[in-house]
Amino acid sequence: MFEYFLNNKDGWLNGKGPEAEIVFSSRIRLARNIANLPFPSRAASIQKREVLDKVREAYPQVNRLKNSTFVNMAELSALDSQFLLERHLISQEHAVASKEKGLIVSDNENISIMINEEDHLRSQVILSGFDLKKCWQILEEIDKDLEKKISFSFLSDLGYLTACPTNVGTALRASCMLHLPALTLTKRINKILELLTRISFTTRGLFGEGTQALGNFFQISNQVSLGLSETELIDNLIGVVNQVKAQEIDARNTLLKKHKISLEDSVWRALGILRNSRLISSREALSHLSVLCLGLDLGIIKNTDLSSKAKGREVINSLFIIIQPAHLQKIESKSLRERERDYIRAEILRKKLGGEDV
Amino acid sequence: MVCDVCHKNNATVHLTEIINGKVVEMHICQICAQVKADELNKHLNISGFLGGLADMVGGLPQERRVLKCPSCGFSYGDFKKKGRLGCGKCYETFRGLLLPLLKKIHSATIHTGKTPTSLDKKVSSQLKVTELHQRLRRAIQLEEYEEAAKLRDQIKELEKKEKKANSKKNV
Repeated sequence: MFEYFLNNKDGWLNGKGPEAEIVFSSRIRLARNIANLPFPSRAASIQKREVLDKVREAYPQVNRLKNSTFVNMAELSALDSQFLLERHLISQEHAVASKEKGLIVSDNENISIMINEEDHLRSQVILSGFDLKKCWQILEEIDKDLEKKISFSFLSDLGYLTACPTNVGTALRASCMLHLPALTLTKRINKILELLTRISFTTRGLFGEGTQALGNFFQISNQVSLGLSETELIDNLIGVVNQVKAQEIDARNTLLKKHKISLEDSVWRALGILRNSRLISSREALSHLSVLCLGLDLGIIKNTDLSSKAKGREVINSLFIIIQPAHLQKIESKSLRERERDYIRAEILRKKLGGEDV
Repeated sequence: MVCDVCHKNNATVHLTEIINGKVVEMHICQICAQVKADELNKHLNISGFLGGLADMVGGLPQERRVLKCPSCGFSYGDFKKKGRLGCGKCYETFRGLLLPLLKKIHSATIHTGKTPTSLDKKVSSQLKVTELHQRLRRAIQLEEYEEAAKLRDQIKELEKKEKKANSKKNV
């Protein structure tokens, strides 16, 4: 499965979705709990196994999950879990080894269901670009099919019941991953993040809850899950993301107009470092890739293999993921120490970005 | 420069904090900075945060504090500690305590989203009416009168249907 994922070109990061230049990906997840069983943190082993069995039995009947695999998390190594985390298929909490945790993942990696995470089921659909409506269409179908087989914990006034009261109601969290290098460079980002919090939207880093904003990536999601319908929640997020996107475009135009030479300097330097370094940490690589990405979007990178936008984006987008520690170790099929990883990372970057003397 | 906190080590971290509405500059050493970061993380721990919030809105008398969920044995004290509930029944057991908390978190206490298809049709039509009412209020607030008129008609239609269904049952 892992080798297959490594070569997957249809996944959510291929840059082929609508408006994928700034909005890298869209994702919606639903939390569900099976009626009359305690939530995972309170459930006994045998009850969690019952949850696993029920879901395992039900999922082949779900139309959208025809081509998917069931994974018993207990059978995975720590490295495998980390790999899935880096591909955004599981959460940090789910990556922590524990018995009776499961995962269902579709072959194209667009759909995944975590079993016995904080709730019995956490189903997610993640797509390339700005495509929340499509995410919801797919997820709603999956939820409907699952409901034919499993009865979920639900109260008519409070909606779907979840372990944490911050998720109750629709139990829906929609999010978009935005690449906002110009807002960061022009130092406007903090104001925007502050504003978003004030209107009840959350921002997180590249790998979700509790992570920093690496490579100028920001995940924006709804905070509220009760009192609004699923479509209202999604429409509200679409509105907010459109606003932030417009701000980023504005900041990009400002950079082009007022600081063109410095911007070009930063972009070409970034490419220079990525094409020539021999040791590079993932933090440093991410920040240069982000600037390079900006340079490609704005047509600064010319006369190189990367200059065709679609091709360049495909290469850079995949690099954002494969330079992560677990991916490097999967590619090399062995465990690597930090310095070894920095070396291999630099080598891959040189190779993929047309560096000389590979 | 000497650390503002321990007054011993060399200050290498320079912080700007807002304390009681005033901007305060601090120059501290690496060790004191780590302590500060840990403190901050502790504050930001979501479960502790929710528990604290629960306390704030609850103002709990002792007998409520020992209230236990008949299904999973979870107490409200457990929820306060962990920020998570034990099972679906907990929502009914602690309803009175949770509602003010939900109001604080979501600014709402009524679900207006989808319902499981298997549920009684009547429940879903009632919910639909509630949702439409909410949307109507929003439309009026936003001065979208055309949309409001449409919603008003939908509500009338649904209520009429419901009345008909009820009168049939009574016969």
